[in-house]
Amino acid sequence: MSTYLLSRIGQGLMLVLIMSLLVFLGLFAIGNPVDMFVNPQADQAEIARTTAALGLDKPLWEQYGQFVRKAIKGDLGQSFVHGASALQLILDRLPATLELALVAITIAIVFGIPLGLWAGLKPDTFVGRFIMGGSIIGFSLPTFWVGLMLIMVFAVHLQWLPASGRAVTESVLGVQTSLASLDGWRHVLLPALNLALFKLSLIVRLTRSGTREALTQDYVRFARAKGLTGRRIVGVHVLKNVLVPIITVIGMEFGSLLAFSVVTETVFAWPGMGKLLIDSITQLDRPVVVAYLMFVVVLYVAINFVSDLAYSLLDPRVRLGGAAR
Amino acid sequence: MSAPTSLAGFVSAYRKSTSATLAAIVLLLILAAALLAPVLSPQDPYDLAQLDLLDARLPPGSPSGDGTRQYLLGTDAQGRDMVSAILYGLRTSLVVGVCATLCAVAIGIVVGLVAGYFGGRFDALLMRIVDMQLSFPAILVALILIAILGQGVGKVITALVAAQWAYYARTIRGVVLVESQREYIAATRVLALPVTSVLFRHLLPNCMPALIVVGALQVASAIALEATLSFLGVGLPITEPSLGLLIANGFTYLLSGKYWISFFPGLALLVTIMSINLVADQLRDVLNPRLRVD
Repeated sequence: MSTYLLSRIGQGLMLVLIMSLLVFLGLFAIGNPVDMFVNPQADQAEIARTTAALGLDKPLWEQYGQFVRKAIKGDLGQSFVHGASALQLILDRLPATLELALVAITIAIVFGIPLGLWAGLKPDTFVGRFIMGGSIIGFSLPTFWVGLMLIMVFAVHLQWLPASGRAVTESVLGVQTSLASLDGWRHVLLPALNLALFKLSLIVRLTRSGTREALTQDYVRFARAKGLTGRRIVGVHVLKNVLVPIITVIGMEFGSLLAFSVVTETVFAWPGMGKLLIDSITQLDRPVVVAYLMFVVVLYVAINFVSDLAYSLLDPRVRLGGAAR
Repeated sequence: MSAPTSLAGFVSAYRKSTSATLAAIVLLLILAAALLAPVLSPQDPYDLAQLDLLDARLPPGSPSGDGTRQYLLGTDAQGRDMVSAILYGLRTSLVVGVCATLCAVAIGIVVGLVAGYFGGRFDALLMRIVDMQLSFPAILVALILIAILGQGVGKVITALVAAQWAYYARTIRGVVLVESQREYIAATRVLALPVTSVLFRHLLPNCMPALIVVGALQVASAIALEATLSFLGVGLPITEPSLGLLIANGFTYLLSGKYWISFFPGLALLVTIMSINLVADQLRDVLNPRLRVD
């Protein structure tokens, strides 16, 4: 177990290191790295001064070492546009993204598991087929297009919900959230639904196939023979076994929700870190782009690691590292 | 049911699904429309001399200001006929999607064949890279590349290739691992055929069914990914507008009820993606019954 943990942590660190090398070399090879640190309006003298101050006359590997040393201390440069620490900017936007992602994953779970159970228990009925057809559409529609349609129908045509933005945040138990007011929920509903759709389809499919598999198992037949009610068999025995892979997938998919939130946040003008990335790319605010990429990779590695661990804790049959012991 | 061996057998197996047959016809029409865009379009949407600003933002079915013609799907903010803009946009989207897929397939074939045939440490290293990349969603990989490389047609294609080559590499390697155990591969060893001949003349043809199935699905996701990048404003430049960019241009007008500037390009994108997906699903069922999901 501890060997496995160590090797996983090592792998994660490797990935972060490779990513930092890629970002560093990419920015070095494509653009002048001085652009990363000086204002685009700077004159020749300032550019020369910055070049010397940053040590850009030194060999490449030495510069990379410096980049890594600073990054470990949490210094990923200053934003040109906002004039603040790039990492701080991202951390400021993180709560908005997390809020959106949490509401989205909640929608996906609350609707996905019952729908998947229904489709798994009654696969040949009209409703069962309808649910599966819907999940295929949910998979193949581009997220941004669904977002546009939601805005067109619910915000422009029916005028039920606001089309964009996040409500004013309030402090609840020390956490800044927009969900304390009704207006906050009205704002979050459409973007969260948009972000949830893909995960909803995934959870529906997973639950359905898990249910169908569980129904053929001996323990379900035994429970039936024992005279248990259908509700108890499904609610306790089937659901318990179906939930294990779903919980793991939810853990892993939470990372990809953060990535997909780039699209949803842009469509709905949600002030999260995904929108910050797109704004920074179009404004050539490179320090923020670098900081975002490094931050997301670290986050991603951490999330995958934790959900792997959770899987092995939930399902004792799974042995980490492959070897049975 | 086994995979059909002749073209006629393939066609008759394919036609068993009505929806897939319809999707194939729609897809052919879309391809023809994109190919013939300069002929079919009522106007050249990117020749500014043909645009009339007085005709800007007209709803679908409006006559043009000079009364000579009708705008079937309305006009955009520059008075551009939406039918023409969509046909040209479709062309750009398809070209970028197909080019990216072909490049990704080429890289995937080489990596997959080499990793699967030679095995060992080289294989372990390549597959570790593939696994690592597949653990990231494609949109994130593409965004990372775009953020590093910058914008432009070539860069978008590079980003799409980077996001997708790993799927092909893994598919091909899987097939090669199975095929390598077969007798005909043992025979090539006995005959001491050169390695390139074994890889490309004997192994590759047997990878084709799997490759076609994965490729068809991935073309759709490449097109969707390009549209997403262009919609976000980090994809294709404004000089080569794809469907994603058209949708983005109409987005601001969507809020004021002028839905057609965004809606119709979106519909074109949707129909394209859905028909490719339906065709790909049917191809999977016909070419490889083992892969069928319940």
